[in-house]
Amino acid sequence: MLSRVAERIYWGARYLERVENIARLVSVYDSLLFDLPKKTNISWYNLIRINSNADSYTERYKVRDERNVVKFLLADDSNPYSLLSSLRHAKENIRTTRDVIPQDTWEQINELDLYARHNIQQGINRTNRHKFLNTLIQRCQEITGLFEGAMSRDATWQFVVIGRNIERADMTTRILDAGASVILQPNEDKRVNLDQVVWGNVLRSVSGYMNYRRGVRTAVQSQKVARFMLEDPHFPRTLRFCLNEIHAAAQKLPRPENILRGIETVKELHYPLNNGEQLNETFRDHLNDLQISVSQLHDDLSANWFAFTPCMRKLALPKNSITSMQTSQQG
Amino acid sequence: MNSIWDGYESVSHFDELVSSKGKPREAADKLVEHIADMEDGELDKRRQMAEATIQEMGISFTVYTEEGNIDRAWPFDIIPRIIPSDEWKQVAEGLKQRLSALNMFIDDLYHEQKIIRDGVVPEHVIQGSPNFLPECIGVNPAHSVWAHICGTDLVRDGDGKFFVLEDNLRVPSGVSYMLENRAITKRVLPEIFEKENILPLDDYCAHLFDMLASLSPRDVEEPEIVVLTPGIFNSAYFEHAFLAQQMGAELVEGSDLFVEDDCVYMKTIAGPERVDVIYRRIDDAFIDPEVFRKDSALGVPGLMKAWKKGNVALANAPGAGVADDKVVYAYVPAIIKYYLDEEPILSNVETYLCEDPKQKEYVLANLDKLVVKPANESGGYGMLVGPHSTKKEQTKFAQLINENPRNYIAQPTLNLSTAPTLIGQGKLEPRHLDLRPFILQGKDAYVTTGGLTRVAMKKGSLVVNSSQGGGSKDTWIVDTETE
Repeated sequence: MLSRVAERIYWGARYLERVENIARLVSVYDSLLFDLPKKTNISWYNLIRINSNADSYTERYKVRDERNVVKFLLADDSNPYSLLSSLRHAKENIRTTRDVIPQDTWEQINELDLYARHNIQQGINRTNRHKFLNTLIQRCQEITGLFEGAMSRDATWQFVVIGRNIERADMTTRILDAGASVILQPNEDKRVNLDQVVWGNVLRSVSGYMNYRRGVRTAVQSQKVARFMLEDPHFPRTLRFCLNEIHAAAQKLPRPENILRGIETVKELHYPLNNGEQLNETFRDHLNDLQISVSQLHDDLSANWFAFTPCMRKLALPKNSITSMQTSQQG
Repeated sequence: MNSIWDGYESVSHFDELVSSKGKPREAADKLVEHIADMEDGELDKRRQMAEATIQEMGISFTVYTEEGNIDRAWPFDIIPRIIPSDEWKQVAEGLKQRLSALNMFIDDLYHEQKIIRDGVVPEHVIQGSPNFLPECIGVNPAHSVWAHICGTDLVRDGDGKFFVLEDNLRVPSGVSYMLENRAITKRVLPEIFEKENILPLDDYCAHLFDMLASLSPRDVEEPEIVVLTPGIFNSAYFEHAFLAQQMGAELVEGSDLFVEDDCVYMKTIAGPERVDVIYRRIDDAFIDPEVFRKDSALGVPGLMKAWKKGNVALANAPGAGVADDKVVYAYVPAIIKYYLDEEPILSNVETYLCEDPKQKEYVLANLDKLVVKPANESGGYGMLVGPHSTKKEQTKFAQLINENPRNYIAQPTLNLSTAPTLIGQGKLEPRHLDLRPFILQGKDAYVTTGGLTRVAMKKGSLVVNSSQGGGSKDTWIVDTETE
């Protein structure tokens, strides 16, 4: 598989996952804010903070209200992380690799892009937001399903898996951070069980509520939710699950040793989540460390498979000697 | 006939579907009847369906303008053009004969040049051609074939006879649109496919793959075949990706390849991988910055040396464009006779060579009646269509011809055939069209079942190029023999 194509496939899968995640995040915030009393000091602006794009937001908007935040996250072409920007990138990557992915993918992503662009106002206004975001999520899942059902489990597929799971791993830590930051905000109103509402919605944002209930078998509590989202090996959006997926995919690719080591490094980052303890700023620092190590994992795999360094050219020797060179490189 | 066909007539042109008596031609009988039976507005609905399909399928082509490159949806007319299969058989034989002779001609030019020594083709025809590459002299491509993929433009005159307008031997494009046109038509007019015996054309990519594999310099079971594209910004990128995907070949850009020890490798996630056959969609001038244009970032340094050593096959071979020249075109009937000792099955359009003083004189005196073309341009650029031109344009061309007579040829303005074309509000009018079949030659030869029909969407216009407002139609070869 061409290194350039592998890189585009990886990014195509990442951006597609990002589109779905942004839609999930906005959608869940919408329902979260409905559940909280009006006086609660929780704002839409949190979404900007957890996605680490406060600076580019401030460059464009003064007022930190719902409309601006949603507009920035969904529609803003000048925000490289917005839903529409991500969708455009996903489309470009798929467009330039359509020779290796299922034929219908291009048609579907093209339709999805047209749909999102024509109806983006529905996402910004409140009335039809839920329907709009839900449609987006469904269409993303259709494409993921198309990959699942129509792709050979060759190298291309492994890069789809790696791209998707790197993005998911990153997003899972951010969603957890969103929950923790909400809880840590001063809040006078004691009439609602904030824990229950916030962590319930955190779980719902990854479609994991039922799985949590079945797997953990207790009420929704912050540490248990955090442990579930970080360490559960069965649910497909937990950090552990994503890392395992990347591990399995990397093993099927040539020269994976560096990457496998990198995955172990992320797994070794551990935070003691004791029952009864509140999730505090130290926990948020831990999430930050996780994000940094996931991003390091991305750098490693870029260097390993996408960048074709001059020393790799030297491998262009008669076929029988390539195998021996590869083995010596691994050693 | 009634309703929609009332008032449809193609005066003084050969119409592909309807004869001069206003009756449908035999092969088009069922289609014409089917359209007549449609309810009011139905055709327009189908047209909208086609437009939506094109947008969803993302079938686009790029137009270069001063404001930048625009990706446009593929312009398509839903009414197919129909050719009876017995007639097509003859045309296909003629196309194979022509390409076979042209390949012998190219091989001769880069070796002994017998045809020049025998005085059949004058030497200056080659020496004056920018497409004759001295770097290719003495090279022996597989099967002595240089032009593996050829797109030949055919037109019908007023009597309905097919003529060859030009041979595209460099990097002909359009075949993916031919295939997509069929895919759209199947969605838009599905019921007619049940009634009509339309010959399938989807085996093109399989034939293309086999042809390319037959060129592999290494005797391996699975030769590595790649499609080399200039990249996403090229107007035919859609097609490059389409063909690579259909063949299961890698779609590569120049930067994906490198040459080491005069062998070509591609950069893969596992390391370098040897490449056997390159279906290149980059012009000669750009394929190797070490030999041709130094500023080319599209090509691969060292590629020419690898090819000359026989370590990689290039399709089409560099230098094949020497026969894709409108001056050489005039000699093709003689070329066929010389190499094959056969009469040409397909005729040329009468052509005046401006390099000949007598013929030039005639051309200059008749600029208002002739079509003047530069010898080496494609895409319909730099042409003068006499009857549609102004005095000022004619003066400009007279000057151009006098400055560089070798670079211009002229042909009579052809009475191009027409076919019914939907022009909005469910109205059908005749529009002029041509046909580009694709011919493959490697170990064996193959001709597409039909080709890409291009249609001039403007009333009376003869310019069919998509970059200049042309559209296209699906082309049906209808089996008339088994009926």
